[in-house]
Amino acid sequence: MFDIERWQEIFETLQKNKLRTFLTGLSVASGIFILVVLLGFSKGIENGVKSQFEQDATNRISIRTGVTTKGYKGLNPGRYIQLKNSSFDAVENKYDEYLEYRTRDYMIWGGTVSYNNETGNYRVRGTLPDNQFIENADIGSGRFINQSDVDESKKVAVIGNKMKKDLFKGEDPINKNVQVFGMNFKVVGVFYDPGGDREEGQVYVPITAAQKVFNAGENIRNMAFTVKMADNFDEAVAQSNAIALGMEQQIKEIHTMAPDDISAVRVNNTLEEAQKIYSLIATIRAVFWFVGIGTIIAGIVGVGNIMLIIVKERTKEIGIRKALGALPMSIVGMILQESVFVTLFAGLFGLIFGLGLLELVGPQIESDFIKYPQVDFNIALTTVFLLVFAGALAGFIPAYRAAMIKPIDALRDE
Amino acid sequence: MIQIKDLHKSYHMGSNSLHVLKGINFDVKEGELVSIMGSSGSGKSTLLNILGMLDEADEGEYILDNVPIKNLNEKIAAKYRNEFLGFIFQSFNLINYKSALDNVSMPLYYKGVKRKERTERAMHYLEKVGLAQWSHHLPSELSGGQKQRVAIARALASDPKVLLADEPTGALDTKTSYEVMELIQGINDEGKTILVVTHEHDIAQMTKRIVNLKDGIIIDDSKVEQVRASAHV
Repeated sequence: MFDIERWQEIFETLQKNKLRTFLTGLSVASGIFILVVLLGFSKGIENGVKSQFEQDATNRISIRTGVTTKGYKGLNPGRYIQLKNSSFDAVENKYDEYLEYRTRDYMIWGGTVSYNNETGNYRVRGTLPDNQFIENADIGSGRFINQSDVDESKKVAVIGNKMKKDLFKGEDPINKNVQVFGMNFKVVGVFYDPGGDREEGQVYVPITAAQKVFNAGENIRNMAFTVKMADNFDEAVAQSNAIALGMEQQIKEIHTMAPDDISAVRVNNTLEEAQKIYSLIATIRAVFWFVGIGTIIAGIVGVGNIMLIIVKERTKEIGIRKALGALPMSIVGMILQESVFVTLFAGLFGLIFGLGLLELVGPQIESDFIKYPQVDFNIALTTVFLLVFAGALAGFIPAYRAAMIKPIDALRDE
Repeated sequence: MIQIKDLHKSYHMGSNSLHVLKGINFDVKEGELVSIMGSSGSGKSTLLNILGMLDEADEGEYILDNVPIKNLNEKIAAKYRNEFLGFIFQSFNLINYKSALDNVSMPLYYKGVKRKERTERAMHYLEKVGLAQWSHHLPSELSGGQKQRVAIARALASDPKVLLADEPTGALDTKTSYEVMELIQGINDEGKTILVVTHEHDIAQMTKRIVNLKDGIIIDDSKVEQVRASAHV
């Protein structure tokens, strides 16, 4: 392996066949290149989708209502189902032991909010303290809505970072009053949300205050929960599915809806969605590996093929070497080493090229579903080992053939 | 140096069996220059292959320098070939992408000789065949006679007990043939044992003993008055 003569000999033969070496190397290099790029992008897709999910807690179940499409117990279709505080309480009581966080919301979509001379339209959302965790909102300064705000219907507001930028222009908003439809709310906190501007363009107020201020009485717009996660992901999905289904039935009973009316109540189970997406990502990754490995195999078969031709071409030379006293092992070593060298060198070239491309193009990609395409060190290392192994594999049959060459056959004059 | 007793060899091709050597007996003493003659199909090449350990006999005994040659595996055969034998071929069989010097030093490489010493010894043998100034030329840049002389230098490089030459002049014109034979005679004069397979009578006459093969048996084995090749050059 570390025999200088052997290396000199390999370089000599490779140099003698520059085009052949180049083409063989190219097939391996492009195989590795494609594998690396595919793996990078599958990681990118994973990152992208994960960051989509990070906007909200992944174990979230939310319930909204709409208009009935079926008559039931003498009630006409087309009835709007209005969730009430009592609906929330009933659901919460029934599933209390399974729930981690819970909230009921009342919201106004285009609420006029102003501070001094700045005005904008933002979503005003009455909520409970737990919503901070359900929405994955980070508090930048101040605090979120707390229980005493809710109990006492305080007119306090937690504004999104975008609102802070729009309305306060760099001023510290904490303890300043903003006008929501002309009513003063004291800003107690600023939040960030992984969902970005869309999510940060809203203001949270205590649900009780919102209901009072907007004359909503006991009405709520929707409710959301997160379920306690079982350790096993599949179990957690099954449990959250069961809870989601149970909640749907309960809401239908409370509000007298046909059990098969699918449009009047919408239960959204994020965990189930997440599971679908994760299994999709896993599938994509598997397919990418499959394609990548396939291209590498094609490259390796190419190397093996070339090595076979080389052995064929060098039959006579190998015969001469054997007649001069070359051991079969030294012939095997010669062919294997050449094959491993070609695959490894070309493969590393492809690897570096692929990593370079990801590094260069990765940050330029602006898509919700692909983020930071990259290949981690372990995968790069894996592909290198794969290469050495592949090179040895590609060289093995030709090397074996070479070792089997009988000098008497090789040297026979035609 | 070489003792052969009742050597048999058959080739099997499908259902046909070809009995090539039908009991060969002969001895070669150290320092002899023997030519093996015979028409094609007489078995002379087969005999040389067995002597060269490139092939193995079915039956019989072969003793080379007091070492019985039998049950060879590839590894041992390679070692013995490297130690005991030097080959000279009709078609030279030089490695065409290596310089004359590298070709000559190859047996030494397989013997495990260090690079520096290898080059020195190879150079010495190239000088001996009169090609020192051609040491860095590729075989393609040499004439037929020069190539064969490089091959002879290579055969000598590992200082073998016996040189085996298979039609060494078969691819050369008469003048060059005599030059090569002159070289071979010179090497023999220094005491090296040499076996030459040939079908040319004039070449055979330049050896000291002619063994005539026909249909797998020796029909004639006699000493001859050696004709010096230098007389023809």
